[in-house]
Amino acid sequence: MALQDKYKELLDTASAQGITNLQVREQDNVLYVDGDAPTGAAKDAVWEVYGKIDPNFTAGDLVLNINATAGLAEGAQLKVTTASSNLNIRKEPTTEGEIVGKAAHGEIVTFVRKENEQWWVVKTKDGEEGYSFSTYLTPVG
Amino acid sequence: MRLNKMLAALMVFGSFAAFSCGQKDADIAADAQKVLPIEAKVDVKDGVATLTGQFKDESAKKAAEEVLAKIKGVKSVVNNATVTPPPPPPVTVVSAADELLAKGIKDATKDFPTVKAQVKDGIISLTGEIKKASLPKLMMVLNALKPKKIDNKLTVQ
Repeated sequence: MALQDKYKELLDTASAQGITNLQVREQDNVLYVDGDAPTGAAKDAVWEVYGKIDPNFTAGDLVLNINATAGLAEGAQLKVTTASSNLNIRKEPTTEGEIVGKAAHGEIVTFVRKENEQWWVVKTKDGEEGYSFSTYLTPVG
Repeated sequence: MRLNKMLAALMVFGSFAAFSCGQKDADIAADAQKVLPIEAKVDVKDGVATLTGQFKDESAKKAAEEVLAKIKGVKSVVNNATVTPPPPPPVTVVSAADELLAKGIKDATKDFPTVKAQVKDGIISLTGEIKKASLPKLMMVLNALKPKKIDNKLTVQ
C-alpha cells in the first residue's frame, strides 16, 4: 500500500485523464500500473506526474504501462514525432530490417495495423509501406 | 648379493604358496574391491567372480573386467555390469520473456547509443548516460515492454 500512497497523485491523474482498463497491483515492492489512454496527451499527463514524483525514474518501484493507442483504427493519422531526424520505415519489424522508406520529422503517415506494441505498419503519402517504431508515432486528433 | 636373491626368491615362492593354498572367496572379493573403481560390485563364488554395478561407458566396464580377471584366485569373470546411459545434454533455459524483452530493448535503445541495457529474470538494468529530454521517451518504451522491474542507473545529463 505504501507505493500506492507514493504514487497517489499519478493514480488520481490517471483516473482524471480518463485512463480505462486501469489496473494497479503491487508485488515485490514494485507497483504495476496498466491502462489505456484515450489520447497521447492523456498518457503524457500521467507520465508528467511520474516525472514529478521520480524525476530521473531511478526508484525502480513503478512499471507504468499506459497505452495510448488501444483504440487506433486502420486509416488513423499518425504524426512522426522523432527528435528531429527522419523515421525509418522497414521491411521487417526490427531495427535490423531493411529500410524501405523514410518519413520526415513532423510528417503525417497513415496507420495500417499493429505488429506489436513496438512496431506498427504505416503508409506514407508516397505509398511507402512498412514497419516503424511506434515510439516516434503520435496519433493525431 | 646371493643371499638377497635367494631371500627374494623365497618370498615370491612363499606368496605363491599362500595363494595356492586356496583363498577364500570373500578375500578374493575384498582384494578385487581394493583395486576396482568404487562403482564396481564383485561377488565371488568358488573362484568365479561376478561383476555388477554401473559404469560410465563400455570401456570402463571392460577395464574393470580385465582388472578383476588378474586378481589372484579369480578363475573366471562373469561380467554383468551395466553402462549408465549418457545424461541428456544440459538445457539452457532462456525464458521467452527475457528474449522478448531483449529484442524490445535492442530496438528501444537503438537511438540512444550511450545507454547500455541488459535483461535478466525480467529485470531491465540500465547503465550509461542519457540526455534529460530523452529519458521519458526511453522510459515509456521500456515500461511498455512490461518488465518485472527497471533498474535505472543511468547518468542523466
